[in-house]
Amino acid sequence: MDSAAPRFSAVGAGAALELRGVTRLFGALAALTDVTITVRPGERRAVLGSNGAGKTTLFNCVTGDFPPSSGTIRFFGEDITHFPPYERIRRGLRRTYQISALFPGLTVRDNVYLACRGVSRGRYSFLRPGTNDALMSAAETLIQAVHLTAVKEQRVAELAHGQQRQLEIALALAGAPRFILFDEPAAGLSPTERRELIEILTSLPAHIGYIIIEHDMDVALRVVESVTMMHNGRVFKEGLPHEIEADPEVQELYLGAGHE
Amino acid sequence: MSLVQSAPETTQPAAAPRATLLAWPEFNKPAVWLVAVILLIMPFIASGFFLIEIFATTLILGTIALSLMFLAGYGGMVSLMQLTIAGFAAYMVAVFGMSANTNISLGWPWWLATPMALVLATIFGTLGGTLAVRTEGIYTIMITLAIGAAFYYFTNQNWAIFGGHTGINTIATPKFWGVDWRADVPYYYVTLGVAAFCYFAVQYVSRAPFGLALQGVRDNPRRMAALGFNVNAHRVAAYAFASFIAALGGVLQVWNYRQISPGSVSVGACIDILIIAVVGGITRPIGPYIGAFIFVILRTFALDLLVKLGLDGNRFRLLIGLGFLAIVFWSSDGVIGLWERWRRRATTPDKRAVGGHGHG
Repeated sequence: MDSAAPRFSAVGAGAALELRGVTRLFGALAALTDVTITVRPGERRAVLGSNGAGKTTLFNCVTGDFPPSSGTIRFFGEDITHFPPYERIRRGLRRTYQISALFPGLTVRDNVYLACRGVSRGRYSFLRPGTNDALMSAAETLIQAVHLTAVKEQRVAELAHGQQRQLEIALALAGAPRFILFDEPAAGLSPTERRELIEILTSLPAHIGYIIIEHDMDVALRVVESVTMMHNGRVFKEGLPHEIEADPEVQELYLGAGHE
Repeated sequence: MSLVQSAPETTQPAAAPRATLLAWPEFNKPAVWLVAVILLIMPFIASGFFLIEIFATTLILGTIALSLMFLAGYGGMVSLMQLTIAGFAAYMVAVFGMSANTNISLGWPWWLATPMALVLATIFGTLGGTLAVRTEGIYTIMITLAIGAAFYYFTNQNWAIFGGHTGINTIATPKFWGVDWRADVPYYYVTLGVAAFCYFAVQYVSRAPFGLALQGVRDNPRRMAALGFNVNAHRVAAYAFASFIAALGGVLQVWNYRQISPGSVSVGACIDILIIAVVGGITRPIGPYIGAFIFVILRTFALDLLVKLGLDGNRFRLLIGLGFLAIVFWSSDGVIGLWERWRRRATTPDKRAVGGHGHG
């Protein structure tokens, strides 16, 4: 490891997210092997790696979509390894999906409203929200932040791809997120939409940390301060963006192959 | 955070008069008022036979099918045990209330027996739902069908509580304030009141957080969990709500026939509820009532029609079956889907998918 190693391997109660020896098996196939990652509160990190490197599986283990086969996951010091997904989300963890996971039968506003409702009380409320409902206002504000106000009454099934990606992000920003996992948020976006995405990511409050999976190095390296390189389900290298970019092994494995 | 606090004033322009409309946009439609008025003055138009055999029966079957519509349309859970829950409530009215089977009935007054029946049937349906939510799709159908079939055979063979295959007869109906509430006109209004309550409850809840979240669970359960919702608990809660509606339908039904026997909770009757809901349409609460009306009309008059045509009158189910096939074939949204498509074509030929209520 290089000079930055102590910074990234620091283990302690101060970590926002701490994975120790996380392994995930699908039958005989090990999608993740002994992954140990520590992310500080407010830290913004990119996870790079070719297809099948285990990036999305890593996210699924952290959010509990698929629990890890072994290892422990701590979120702000609390062991969440065996928590169901909703308990992790209620503690301030958020994620977006690589393939938009929205509610096509509902309007944009109802989608965002559900996201706001999911992390607050009254999930089972039988009372319709009124005009001055606090969560409805929060939803409207989020919709505006991701530039979807013009289509807020439309059903999600009718939205363009880029708009669905924006909505994906809005859902992850609902409530009071402490740490967000972005799974290829820029996939399929136009150059303009990419600029908007970078703007949204860089304007997030400083206390909100995130991990972003992103193939587009222009997007990834502009919005993060550290990089984890994964390969075949293992952590291959960790470092600062420019170190990873300049690393000959990384270039051979990933950048070279991807940019030819 | 900066994102959440930027320009909140844009959410304010909604003025006070819109508050009620936001809570109840349904009352904005003249058709709702028209139907309400017709149903209210029905006793002055229709004879006793039509009032009970057609309209009250439609409202009862529609309410039981409404509970299935709620689960299937908003929750994506096709439960075949909704009639079983209604039947359970009916049996409980007979068991706790008064009937000719004095060795079974406990003889409680109706105002004690009825809430007891509603509570027990809701618990029964919720327990069934707790089993069913562990499965998806066709397995939900199988589990709920198995519960329905098991209940049918159990009532057939249990003499101590359910009265075996002869059931429980001459069940007492409410009489108070000097009114016999089972007399045609009062009973019609009771049925109409309960059906209207259930219809508006489902309509209202569909736009409340509970109902919206249920639709979210239908569309994408995994994402709902990733938004902080306990998906299985939400589904069980939906079963509890639907069970209560089905139980109300069951109480009305046992007051109507004044007897309950295994024939009322047979597997065939369970499937009739599915047919009613699908023929009417499971995307909106009005669908089950339309389906029930078509079903009752066919059941009542197809026999005469078939006999007139020189066919066996008992073949009326053939007509229902053919109608079911035709509707499923031409419209996955049932009759309301057909009607919406026709109206869209008739009113706005150039603008497609304006309302966008249908499912693709």
